[in-house]
Amino acid sequence: MSKEKKPKEPMPPLKQWLHVVAVGWLIPGGGHLLLGRRGRGALLALSVVAMFVLGLMMRGALFQPQTGDLLTTIIYCGGFLGNLASGILYLLSVWLGYSQPDVAGHVHDYGTKFLVAAGLLNVLAMVDAFEIAAGKKE
Amino acid sequence: MPKMNLSHFEASFLFALFTSIVLGIVTKKTDRERIVYGAQCFGYFLLALFGLGWIMKIGHG
Repeated sequence: MSKEKKPKEPMPPLKQWLHVVAVGWLIPGGGHLLLGRRGRGALLALSVVAMFVLGLMMRGALFQPQTGDLLTTIIYCGGFLGNLASGILYLLSVWLGYSQPDVAGHVHDYGTKFLVAAGLLNVLAMVDAFEIAAGKKE
Repeated sequence: MPKMNLSHFEASFLFALFTSIVLGIVTKKTDRERIVYGAQCFGYFLLALFGLGWIMKIGHG
């Protein structure tokens, strides 16, 4: 059996999708709303915002990038990127002083995970918005 | 901001719910497929939640 290699699709022009992805990062679900996918945009916004707010209400910690041994670097830099992916939610939390230190306890721990997961869900939403803007998906 | 104290189950349930919604939306192409996939993901999350819960209970003795 021979496997035929699919020709690589060319990257769509930057101006076709960059603003959509940027708005999608800054405002969760915003990329979809910009493309006229209101229902999907609203549901994505609801999910990401709810996860983030629940994380804050559980007194989860926001990560600051730290380097040291490999595991520390992965956890703190990865966590920071995950937090940052929430866009305006992360920026507002830091600016308004909702960033809090890491404390022991299962509820705080869940909160920290919720905050990172909200950012990661927003990354999925941004990728989806990119695919729609690039015409790869309806 | 009010403080919220959720149990393990409540936190996992909410995590499963919101994650399933997003996975359903971004993965599939039609609304029907999205609803089915989202529900499926949610079901699998709950199954894993209860399964792992029982394994921990039995393992703990």
